[in-house]
Amino acid sequence: MYFGLSEEQSFFKDNVKKYLEDNASLDQIRKIASNDETSIGKEIHQGFLNLGVNGLLIPEEFGGLGLDLLFAAVVSESLGTCVGPVPYIAPYVMAPTAIMAAGNQAQKENYLTKIASNEILVGVGFSEFIGSRNDAGLTFADGVLEGRAMFVMDAQVATHFLLADNLGQMFMMDAQASGLEIVSLTTIDKTRQYAEIICKDAPAELLELSGLSSDPISKSIDAGRIMLAADTLGASQAMIDQAVDYSKERKQFGRAIGSFQAVKHMCAEMVADLEPCYALVWHAAHCHDSSPDEAKLMACHAKAHVSEMGKGIAKKATEVHGGMGFTDLLGLHYWFKRIGVNRQMLGSPELVREEAMQSQL
Amino acid sequence: MDLEYGPEYQEFTKKVQSFCKQYEGLSFKDRANTPLVSSGGSGGPEMHRSEWQKILIENGYFARSVPKEYGGYGGEADIIKSRIIAAEFSKSKTPTPMGGQGIDMLVPTLLEMGTEEQKQAYIKPTLHGEMIWCQGYSEPNAGSDLASLQTKGELVGDEWVINGQKIWTSTAQYSQMCFCLVRTEPDAPKHAGISYLLIPMDTPGIEIRPLVDMTLKPGFNEVFFTDVKIPEGNIIGKRGEGWAVANATLGHERGSLAPPDATMNRVNMLIHLMKKETLDGKPLIEHPIYRDRLMQIQGKVLAQQSHALRLLSAKLNPGTDVKIGQMIQKLTGTELRHELEGLAIDVMGEIGTLYEDSPHLKNDGTWQFIYMYFLGLIIGGGTSQIQKNIIAERGLGMPKEPKIQGA
Repeated sequence: MYFGLSEEQSFFKDNVKKYLEDNASLDQIRKIASNDETSIGKEIHQGFLNLGVNGLLIPEEFGGLGLDLLFAAVVSESLGTCVGPVPYIAPYVMAPTAIMAAGNQAQKENYLTKIASNEILVGVGFSEFIGSRNDAGLTFADGVLEGRAMFVMDAQVATHFLLADNLGQMFMMDAQASGLEIVSLTTIDKTRQYAEIICKDAPAELLELSGLSSDPISKSIDAGRIMLAADTLGASQAMIDQAVDYSKERKQFGRAIGSFQAVKHMCAEMVADLEPCYALVWHAAHCHDSSPDEAKLMACHAKAHVSEMGKGIAKKATEVHGGMGFTDLLGLHYWFKRIGVNRQMLGSPELVREEAMQSQL
Repeated sequence: MDLEYGPEYQEFTKKVQSFCKQYEGLSFKDRANTPLVSSGGSGGPEMHRSEWQKILIENGYFARSVPKEYGGYGGEADIIKSRIIAAEFSKSKTPTPMGGQGIDMLVPTLLEMGTEEQKQAYIKPTLHGEMIWCQGYSEPNAGSDLASLQTKGELVGDEWVINGQKIWTSTAQYSQMCFCLVRTEPDAPKHAGISYLLIPMDTPGIEIRPLVDMTLKPGFNEVFFTDVKIPEGNIIGKRGEGWAVANATLGHERGSLAPPDATMNRVNMLIHLMKKETLDGKPLIEHPIYRDRLMQIQGKVLAQQSHALRLLSAKLNPGTDVKIGQMIQKLTGTELRHELEGLAIDVMGEIGTLYEDSPHLKNDGTWQFIYMYFLGLIIGGGTSQIQKNIIAERGLGMPKEPKIQGA
């Protein structure tokens, strides 16, 4: 019995982290956030792909590495740690998971092979299946989509989109197809991109098995939720580490503020809240691959619970820094905002907990 | 990640299951002396608690790794087997072994630091439930700051003469023995002046006054020592080494107060309660707000259960660093259990305030009782605030408070 990361997983996690620390420093992220130099983002993305990230989950028969979701989760954790400004969850986790579960053989061969070889990048928009905001939604008939999809992840850099209707049918589209309008949505988090996609008589291809059951989209959303939880896990740990370091250096009343119990207790609470989240995320990722009966429940709880813990940590870690925590100068807000966006995407905690309840009734 | 225990454990699991089946519904002829030990079932065999302890030991389901010569089963320490035993017992209606401070804290301490003579004398009757122990640590002026304790022990001839007072002493009224921290070296620095003494409770000069807690049960006592004389050899470790000995046992206590599997059993009981109980005729599980709170708690308990697997794995695979992961257990476990029991009370509303033998009481009032009882455990064994200091200072390396002179 062994519960934890394998040596390879730990190694991969550290590799991703090291790559991001070396190539996506806070200075670089600031430039991306202010939209000054778009080429920086592309370079960071290319280097990230050189680590083999795009083929991580794709079976070897389609040119991928065929690794498990726990591998994908540790990549996500490192991205959260470094507020990594690269597309990841949509194109390299949710899209492959959806296509593996819902594609017919031809679709799998076509799309999975191209994702693994980096010929295509798939943006994903499943928001309306989870819960429609502002009356958004898509309808599919005669090979074309009508309507709007909101919060499509990584749409701006995508060559293809994978969208869904409220029944859980999933559709592949070419980003260059006719009848498509892409409207950027600016969120508080400038490290990742979201868009609204408006479809007017836009040609789309149904992923075959998603027409029969909502299990495939559900599986892809579970995977996405576990990735968001892992991202929040990494971001939260980074905030705690920064807060603890700061509390040891910053002096007031003639002593390090970390020697005051008020500050100590905030730090201890953050650690006590976050530490069990590691095991929860790992366990959820493991169940996703190996224990279908528990997979839904674990994914929902990982997403909801880590979101709740992350929210508290984002606030407390900022407070430990005092006024500096509130400034742009320190940049702590990049982590705060990352955690904030992760919390709402693919279902806010209340919605996800309701799914957890339903999965066991 | 590999959550399978391996084929060699499948046979063992079956053996435990069939044992549990054999003794299902076992009930006891004698009463429990603390409310949290198994009260026994009905419809099965009937026996005394100490007979049950002996059967459990003979079969290796209790005191498994304690050597035979001291009254244990004498098996290899096997963390996975221990876990299988705990899991199968919690699934069945077979009573669990007795616990208590003698079994959970003193026996491991004796095994680690006791003399051969002490092991021979104390371990067997303690495991059999024939010798109950109480813990004499806290004093009215030594709570969180335990090392400032003042109960005095003076060596006169070949006897310790003990004077002073202990407080929060659970089960003192049933105990044959007390393991006690006593200041024997008044001139040494505070941590270096303490010895770990073993005091028979029938020694003249001991007075026990019950202390009724908020559950309205005398869960604690005050224990007064006036010229209490015990043999010089009733000491674990050397003179002045008592603090180190006590720290070893506190470690045993902090881990065992609120195991997440037990908390998950209560979550499942709560789900059952919410399906059965109604508000305006509608089952409570269908009320969105209660149901959301239930799911919040379930998520937290799942996180702690997964965390426990991670800690278990770290024991089996040395070299994994889980230092902070262990430090958070007492804090998070007791707080979560208290929160969960409180949710059940909220769910029941007015019904949740019923107590003792009131009509309409649900689940024998265990929710109300444990809600209050766990507030005691949050405070006892190192308060939540002390736990946070430990996590911050020893776990995160944050600086200690400046020392106040003379403290």
